[in-house]
Amino acid sequence: MALALVAGAGFIVAIGEDPLAIYAIMLHETLGTGYGIGQTLFKATPLIFCGLAVAVGFRAGLFNIGAEGQLTVAAFAAALVGARLAGLPATLLLPLVLVVAIAAGAAWAAVPGVLKARFGAHEVINTIMLNFIAAALVSYLGRGVFQPATVRTAEIGVGATLPRLEVWIPALHGSPANLSLLLGLVAAALVGVLLFRSRLGYELRALGLNAAAAQYGGVPIGATQVKAMAISGALAGLAGMNFVLGYKHFFELGFSAGAGFLGIAVALLGRNHPAGVVLAALFFGALSHGGLAINQRVPKELVDVLQAIVILLAICTQQVVERVARRMPS
Amino acid sequence: MDLLLFLAASVRIGVPYTLAALGATFSERGGVINIALEGMMLNGALAYVLGAYWTGQAWAGVAAAVAAGVLTGLIHAIVTVRFRADQITSGLGINLLAAGLTKFVLTQVFHSSSNSSRVVGLSDWSLPGLDRLPALGPVLATPLVLLTLVLVLLGQALLFRSVFGLRLRGIGERPEAAATLGLPVALYRYAGVLISGALSGLAGAWLASEQHCFTDGMTNGRGYIAIAAMIVGKWSPLGAAAACLMFGAAEALQITLQGSAFPSEVLQMLPYLVTMLALAGFIGRAVPPRALGTPYDPENA
Repeated sequence: MALALVAGAGFIVAIGEDPLAIYAIMLHETLGTGYGIGQTLFKATPLIFCGLAVAVGFRAGLFNIGAEGQLTVAAFAAALVGARLAGLPATLLLPLVLVVAIAAGAAWAAVPGVLKARFGAHEVINTIMLNFIAAALVSYLGRGVFQPATVRTAEIGVGATLPRLEVWIPALHGSPANLSLLLGLVAAALVGVLLFRSRLGYELRALGLNAAAAQYGGVPIGATQVKAMAISGALAGLAGMNFVLGYKHFFELGFSAGAGFLGIAVALLGRNHPAGVVLAALFFGALSHGGLAINQRVPKELVDVLQAIVILLAICTQQVVERVARRMPS
Repeated sequence: MDLLLFLAASVRIGVPYTLAALGATFSERGGVINIALEGMMLNGALAYVLGAYWTGQAWAGVAAAVAAGVLTGLIHAIVTVRFRADQITSGLGINLLAAGLTKFVLTQVFHSSSNSSRVVGLSDWSLPGLDRLPALGPVLATPLVLLTLVLVLLGQALLFRSVFGLRLRGIGERPEAAATLGLPVALYRYAGVLISGALSGLAGAWLASEQHCFTDGMTNGRGYIAIAAMIVGKWSPLGAAAACLMFGAAEALQITLQGSAFPSEVLQMLPYLVTMLALAGFIGRAVPPRALGTPYDPENA
C-alpha cells in the first residue's frame, strides 16, 4: 500500500503538483467531512457486495469474474419489477424487488457453475463471456423499456426505495449513502456465518482447499460448485440496489462503474474474509471518492492507476510473504 | 462482388483480434493465462498515436506500439512468473492500469479526456497485381493485413514445427518435466508473454492507425474477444485466426444489418456464446494446456 502511494506520488510530481498536498486533500475530503464520509460509504456499498461475491467463489476454488454481468442483469430485473408493480405497498414491494435481484444474480451465475460442474468448462472464461452477453442482452431488452432517448428505465415505486442515511445521521447531509449499506453489513455477517458456521460453508471451503480430498470426504463436488456460484451471484445481484433502490431509483446502462471488477480487488485485499472485505471496500470507496475530490488539480484517472498498482503489488507481496513463511522452520 | 466486399470487411475487422489471439496462444501454450490482452492493446494504441504524433511517421508509431505492448507484457510476466502471483488477477490489474494510465496520458498530452489529435495512419502498399484483384486487393495491400497473414503462418510453424515451440508447449503441459530436461522454465514463459505483448501492441497500432487517433477505451473489449477466439481456435494460431475471421464476419454482418429490424445485439453475443459452447465441448473439445494458470515453483516441484 505504501509502495502504491509512493508510485502515485511519482505521477503527481510528474505533472507538477505537490503529492503531499494532494493526498491531504484526498484524506480530508473522504474522511474529514460528514459529506465525504457519506460519499465514501456510498461508493463502498456495492464494493462490499461484489467483494463478498468474489470471496465466496474464491473460498470454493471458483474465480467469479462475472459479478459485473450478474449485477447488471439483477439491477435491470429489479428495476423493471419495481417500476411495473409501483403501486404495491413497501412491505410487499421491497422484499419482492430484493428477491428478484437475488434470483436474477444467482441464476446468471449458476450458468457457469453448471457448465463447470457438468462439463468442466473453466468458469473464468464463461463468466467473462456472460458479462458481455449480459450487456448485450440488457441493451437489447432495454430498447422496449428504456425512457425515450435515454438508456434508463422508468422510476421504481416509492415502496421499493431505500431511505438515505442522512435521515438518521444529519452529519452525512447531501451524500447518497443509504440503507443498502446496512444490507451490505448484514450480508457480510451472513456470509461469515455461512462460511465458518454452516455445513455448506465447510463443504465449500473443503472444495476450495483440495477438491480431491473434499470429494473423498463425501462433498458433492458438482452440486457444491453450483451452489457456491449461485450464492456468489446472489450477492453480486444485490450490489446494484445501492444505486437502483437507494440513489437514482432507476436502472441505467453502465451505472456500476466497474464495481464488479473492483470486487475482485476488494476480495483479494480483504483476504476473502467478510470482515476484511468490508474494510477493503471502505478503502477502495475512499480512494474512488478521493479521486473525484482532487480532480480539479490532478486527473481523477490517477486513482484508477493507484488502484491497479495496489492490486498488482498486493498479489506480489502476498506471494513473497507466503514464501518467507514457508521457509521459516515451524 | 458484394460477398467479396463483405469478406474484405471481415478481414479488416478480424486483424486486431487475430494479432492479439495469436500472441495469446504463445503466452498460454507456455502456461500463462493472459487476460491482459485488452490492456496491452490499449497501451499499444496510445503508444502508436504518441509515436506518430511526435515523429509524424506511422511506422515509428508501430514501433512504439510494439514496445508498449512488450513493456506491458513484461509487467504481467514479472508479476506472474517472477513473483508467481495469480495470473488472472494480474491480467485484470493490468487492464485496469492501462485504462487509467492511457486516460491520464491523454489528458496530459492532448488535454482531452476523450480523444487525441489526429495522426497519420499507415498508408497502403501498391503491390503489382494486387490492385487488379476486386475488393480483396485493397485489403491485402494494407501493410498490417499482410503482416498478420505472414505472422499467423510463422506463428503456426514456430509453435508446432520448431524446437522453441516444442519446448514452450512442453513447459505449458508439464513444467517439472521440462525443468528436469534442463530447460529454463521461467525464461520460456517470459518469452511467451512478451511475444503476446508485442502482438497485442501491434493490434493496438492497427486500431489507432485505422482511426487516425486514440479514443478513450478504444479497444472496447476486443482483448476479451481475442481470448475467446484463441479458445475456440483450440490454442493454435491457425485455429485462432479462423475464429477471428468468423468473429470479424459476425461484426461485419452486424454493421451491414444496422438500421434493419434484426436485433444487432444477437450478433454481438455470438462470439461469446460460441466460446461458451466450445468450452462445454459442443463444438469439439477445447482443452487448455495442462499447466495453464499454475505458477511454476522449483522449490515445490
